[in-house]
Amino acid sequence: MGAFAHFLAGHFDTLRLEFWSLLVGGVANGFIYGMVAVGYTLVYGVLRLINFAHSEIFMTGGFASYFVLRAVMGTSVPSGWATFGVILVGIVVGGTAGALAATLLERVAYRTLRRRNAPKLAYLISAIGASYFLFNLAGKEFGRYNESMPQPYINHPVFTIFGAPVQLYYLVIVAAGAVMWLVLDRFVAATKLGRGIRAVAQDAETASLMGVNIDRTIAITFALGGALGGVGGFLFGLGSGVVYTMGFVPALKAFTAAVLGGIGNLRGAMIGGLILGVVESLSIAFVQAAYFDVVAFAILVLVLLVRPTGILGERLGRSA
Amino acid sequence: MLEVTNAVVRYGAITALQGISFDVREGEIVTLLGANGAGKSTTLRMLSGLHAPVEGRIVFEGRDVTMTKAHQFMALGIGHVPEGRRIFPQMSVEENLEMGAFARRGSYSDDIERMYAMFPILKDRRKQMGGNLSGGEQQMLAIARALMGRPRLLLLDEPSMGLAPMVVEMIFRIIAEIRGQGTTVFVVEQNAAQALRLADRGYVMENGRIVFDDTAANLLVDPRVRAVYLGEEVEEV
Ligand SMILES: Nc1ncnc2c1ncn2[C@@H]1O[C@H](COP(=O)(O)OP(=O)(O)O)[C@@H](O)[C@H]1O
Ligand SMILES: [Mg+2]
Repeated sequence: MGAFAHFLAGHFDTLRLEFWSLLVGGVANGFIYGMVAVGYTLVYGVLRLINFAHSEIFMTGGFASYFVLRAVMGTSVPSGWATFGVILVGIVVGGTAGALAATLLERVAYRTLRRRNAPKLAYLISAIGASYFLFNLAGKEFGRYNESMPQPYINHPVFTIFGAPVQLYYLVIVAAGAVMWLVLDRFVAATKLGRGIRAVAQDAETASLMGVNIDRTIAITFALGGALGGVGGFLFGLGSGVVYTMGFVPALKAFTAAVLGGIGNLRGAMIGGLILGVVESLSIAFVQAAYFDVVAFAILVLVLLVRPTGILGERLGRSA
Repeated sequence: MLEVTNAVVRYGAITALQGISFDVREGEIVTLLGANGAGKSTTLRMLSGLHAPVEGRIVFEGRDVTMTKAHQFMALGIGHVPEGRRIFPQMSVEENLEMGAFARRGSYSDDIERMYAMFPILKDRRKQMGGNLSGGEQQMLAIARALMGRPRLLLLDEPSMGLAPMVVEMIFRIIAEIRGQGTTVFVVEQNAAQALRLADRGYVMENGRIVFDDTAANLLVDPRVRAVYLGEEVEEV
């Protein structure tokens, strides 16, 4: 008993010393999870299915931005406005590639099934098939090794929070994630197309009676989720490089985040992402680094057992 | 205005409409009567493109709309108040009204004000979620939502279903008012007596066929209608 208390105290010491730097890293990861989680939640909202090929949308965004940055960047690390420009290019390319890939995926793997009123299981199998196809294709075409993303900056700490350095990379993630999520949230809540998406999520047939083109709305929904997922792939690649299997673990964590926040709920996806990122990061104080990835999936199982509707529950329908 | 010829609709092996023909003229209120499962909702759903007929033809204002898709009907001038009202439960009353204007271009704020004038209760509830309204309020909202598209033909599927008699009274008054404003009405009802008092003409449907039709005044005193539909209702009350 005494020994256990001593053991715990040691870990809490680590937590106390490292808290702020773990928190900063966790929040940054959380933003990436949240951006990817939004894609699961949007698609679930309108189709009531989990797009298990979303991991490959993420990868596509990573590779597309990698190739473009490699093509446009010189050998020296840019600074000032050039840094900003390169990051912007990475975001635009990653987002566009993600949106295109998601739209194409919807056309090929989902719409064809919808036309035939296929059972839900068929969608799942189709998604897993598409996912295998895409990442194996990437492995074959782009090689099996992790490639570093060209760096648009030297990753200096920009400032410190309670002694914990906050690097430029983390700021880029948080800024890009926050802006994209806010724009998406407003788009869904306050524009006509966004209202169409919510109408389809609540009652697709009645939405079509109102003049909403369901196919087009679903395509837009995939494109939106794909854009955020693709940018997530770029931001992740900026820190961890790109490789054909890069989507697997982050996307599974993002799925966990979506479930944690309440699948179908846009705000829940972002909140779930942040909670997951932070909890996972703080857990480093208690478990070996090798168990890092296990924490997220333990959380997934726990949420599914305790509160399957997530923290906020399902409600893509709501405007506020 | 609307002409349906020999329309057949199937759900897999079930033939829900076995070649029905009818027409609705501009300015009329026409009612379609029939027991549960006769095919009334299927008829309306066909008229909104939710189920394309496998045979037959639908012509609206001289245009063949047999294969037109559901989302195009609102813009063509056909509004649909579906069975069970189908209000978007997690949208406010105002957003539900805005959904009704989805197919339109340009500003529709005048129309929202017009709906609030017609249904003052909706104005009081404008910020409430559609799912939290009473049945009667939902029915008014469903009608107002369809009117937001400025339809020339309004389809109503059992607007009195599940409502208290006083509310039914009010809904039927509103339907008469809507026709008074120049909108043609095609209304499906199980509540035959009330529907016939409102309508100009009626069709009677059984097992996916239209078995007879006449002016509403004649149907009200028709022994076949009295026996099957009005008789049942008297017993029920
Ligand atoms: N989605 C469906 N799938 C299979 N059969 C259906 C479906 N909808 C209606 N039906 C059948 O079609 C017939 C007509 O139904 P419906 O048009 O809803 O009748 P009503 O509105 O007159 O009560 C019924 O026999 C019903 O069981
Ligand atoms: Mg019906």
